[in-house]
Amino acid sequence: MTEITTSRAERPAKDAVKDESMLKQKAMMAGHYDRLTSATERGEKVCATFVPGNLNELIMCFDFANNLPEVNAIQNGLRKKSGRYVMESEKLGHSEDVCTYVKSDIGMMAMGNLAPNGKPLPSPDVLLLSYTGCFTFMKWFELLREQYQCETIMLHTPYEGDGWVTENMRNYMVKQLKEEVIPKLERVSGVKFDIDRLRENLKRSAVAEDDLVYVLQSAKNKPSPIDAYFGGIYYIGPIFGAFRGTDDAIDYYRTLRAEVQDRLDNGRGPVTPEGDMGEEKYRLVTEGPPNYTSFRDFWKMFYDEGAVVVASSYTKVGGVYDFGFRHDPERPLESLAEYCLGVYTNRSLPQRVDMLVDYVNEYEADGLLINSIKSCNSFSAGQLLIMREVEKRTGKPAAFVESDLVDPRYFSAANIKNRMESYFQMVDQKRAGVKGAAA
Amino acid sequence: MKNSKDIIDRCQQLYEDLDFTAAREWKAAEPGRKVIGYMPIYVPREILHAGGMLPLGIVGGGDQLEVIHGDAYYQSYICRIPRSTIELGVSGRLDFVDGMLFPSICDVIRNLSGMWKLMFPDVYSRYFDVPQNYADDIGGNYYKAELKELCEGLEDHCGVKITDEALRRSIAIYNENRRLVREVYEFRALEPWKAPASDVYLLIRAGLVLPVEEHSQMMQDWLAAVRHEDRPMRDNCRVVVTGLFCEQPPLNLIKSIELSGCYIVDDDLLLVTRWLLGDVPIDGDPLGNLADAFLHHSESTAAKYEPDLKEKGQHLVRSVEKYGAEGVIFASPSFCDPALLDRPMLQHVLADKNIPYIAFKYAENSGQMQPIREQAGTFADSIKLWSEA
Repeated sequence: MTEITTSRAERPAKDAVKDESMLKQKAMMAGHYDRLTSATERGEKVCATFVPGNLNELIMCFDFANNLPEVNAIQNGLRKKSGRYVMESEKLGHSEDVCTYVKSDIGMMAMGNLAPNGKPLPSPDVLLLSYTGCFTFMKWFELLREQYQCETIMLHTPYEGDGWVTENMRNYMVKQLKEEVIPKLERVSGVKFDIDRLRENLKRSAVAEDDLVYVLQSAKNKPSPIDAYFGGIYYIGPIFGAFRGTDDAIDYYRTLRAEVQDRLDNGRGPVTPEGDMGEEKYRLVTEGPPNYTSFRDFWKMFYDEGAVVVASSYTKVGGVYDFGFRHDPERPLESLAEYCLGVYTNRSLPQRVDMLVDYVNEYEADGLLINSIKSCNSFSAGQLLIMREVEKRTGKPAAFVESDLVDPRYFSAANIKNRMESYFQMVDQKRAGVKGAAA
Repeated sequence: MKNSKDIIDRCQQLYEDLDFTAAREWKAAEPGRKVIGYMPIYVPREILHAGGMLPLGIVGGGDQLEVIHGDAYYQSYICRIPRSTIELGVSGRLDFVDGMLFPSICDVIRNLSGMWKLMFPDVYSRYFDVPQNYADDIGGNYYKAELKELCEGLEDHCGVKITDEALRRSIAIYNENRRLVREVYEFRALEPWKAPASDVYLLIRAGLVLPVEEHSQMMQDWLAAVRHEDRPMRDNCRVVVTGLFCEQPPLNLIKSIELSGCYIVDDDLLLVTRWLLGDVPIDGDPLGNLADAFLHHSESTAAKYEPDLKEKGQHLVRSVEKYGAEGVIFASPSFCDPALLDRPMLQHVLADKNIPYIAFKYAENSGQMQPIREQAGTFADSIKLWSEA
């Protein structure tokens, strides 16, 4: 996901021309890490929290800098540092079987806790454990609490097991926010909660969310002006991270929307690390996170074949906006609760199937590709059934590859490439079959 | 008086019966009877009992089930219990089960709840969520409403009625069952040579498939029998085994630990049978009482958030102290996120108290016990030879 600082090793021989939005995001991220790494000397307090269930608008009400450990793990994956961190963590006694985000984070701490700008990240003053859509989050922050010995606030988001949000779930979350989360954040920060400030932040969120949805849905066009998985990971960066609810996010998404509009107007396909993609040959929907340690290699397997991802579930992991949800300043706490409840991995498997079927149909995709992540049972457990169901309901072929988030030992380029090539052949055969039947 | 061997033989038959014949026979005995399956770690079985239903514990397929279909539903890196549970489902072994409850334990079981809905649409399937906030007016109110929703769902789907009066009766019956489970555990801790861990496991496990009244009687009979039987006492060390709360270890693994020189004096197997630590009050609001017991008087385990850092892992220390254990064995299923992520924190707590420990992983179908025996045997030897005591 998100906010990518590229290492020298990953850079193409010739740097691609960067769009204005890319430059803006790069500057935002640099500013974010500079803010974080200088927080202690500036007397600013730090709140660590997770991307799904990220309550940035609320966190900003208390003047905290927001540190997102998953984003740090991703940065370390992209910069090819996570492998060492994961192994360091395993040396410290963490099992080889568990989430590599966690191990990358713990290994990073053990090896100096350096941010992408080379400066040490500060210890958090508070861990806001937004337990949303992932069981591992709970253990992760228990592990960090042991390390940092700081205030830890649990915000439990019930799972949408039956496929809908009940009044009881919403009330439970609002009550936690009112009676546990806000008072504790007030105490740690020393800042009094101001609900009008929260409303203003939420209002800004909704503006940016509108533009994000426009960008994501632009992929319904042919050719798609965006890649909604690899490119989409850049697009969700600010809104899933520390910028939702800020003017920066509004500016970024406005700029991005204009760029996408321009691509649309000119019939151009997505931008890739090697410039504009050529002819759009395959339109895919993807399920599951990407691999970050070989992010560009993985992406290249797509664009080399003319495959563009037109919709992805991963770009909904920090919030599902394309079915109408917006943060609502008129119902601030209820809206935050509904946001948490609705993130992709907090949805039941039947809901996830419905979404993916909808994407395949709405975006006129050729099929579904699942990247099953070793680390992430929240996503991965049940994906093969999802695959069968989507195939059954859409009549479109699906494929399944396996890798990991930030552990390079689990990315086998040759295996994945083989499967991808076979998959594209399946799509071709399917198309030929359809044409044959029509003739 | 029955002898303990006969009782354990019956338990072993129940354990090995992957067609759940006893539960099928219970259902067939009267028209309209319903069976509700549940997975680890905890569901309030009182609610099912109060509706006249049989709670049926489903804890995977063990080492005797050949998983053929189940593997086709899962990726390479995942624990085995969901594979074998799917296998039980698609092979028709659970075709008499009217509902399935999937407790909040991890993402795998959580997602399995949705898979069940897709694969068995006529079966009542529910993800049973529990609060991770333990304040009465926050988590407590949420949980009470969840329990009420569960009651209503069962009433609608199964055509039963769950009254407060029936709930009170069922709570009393389960209080008695839990008292007996605790008595079995206390007896084993006191005289472990008379109560092999594998026997205790089979005895407690029988409670997952039998009506609670029958299981309580069985435990009473067993306790009466073993108190009068004698077995040779070995020079074993005393250990607590932890991490076994979901996917079950093969019976041979439990036997191997003991054969290698360790008496198991406490464990976290089959926690549903003793999740609530004391009697649940019978007077007043029964759902409120169940909620209160969950919030304030229930087991600690990796699937539960521990809000107090100082309290983290102390349940294990207390267990070691209470039962006079000399060490802890962490036995966790491969790819078990809760157990394996919790393990380093628990180990730090034990290290601070100078309590020795070892760790290994297993799967429910692990066949090779020699490495386990060697590891546990070395652990036992090291305690016997080198411990300060």
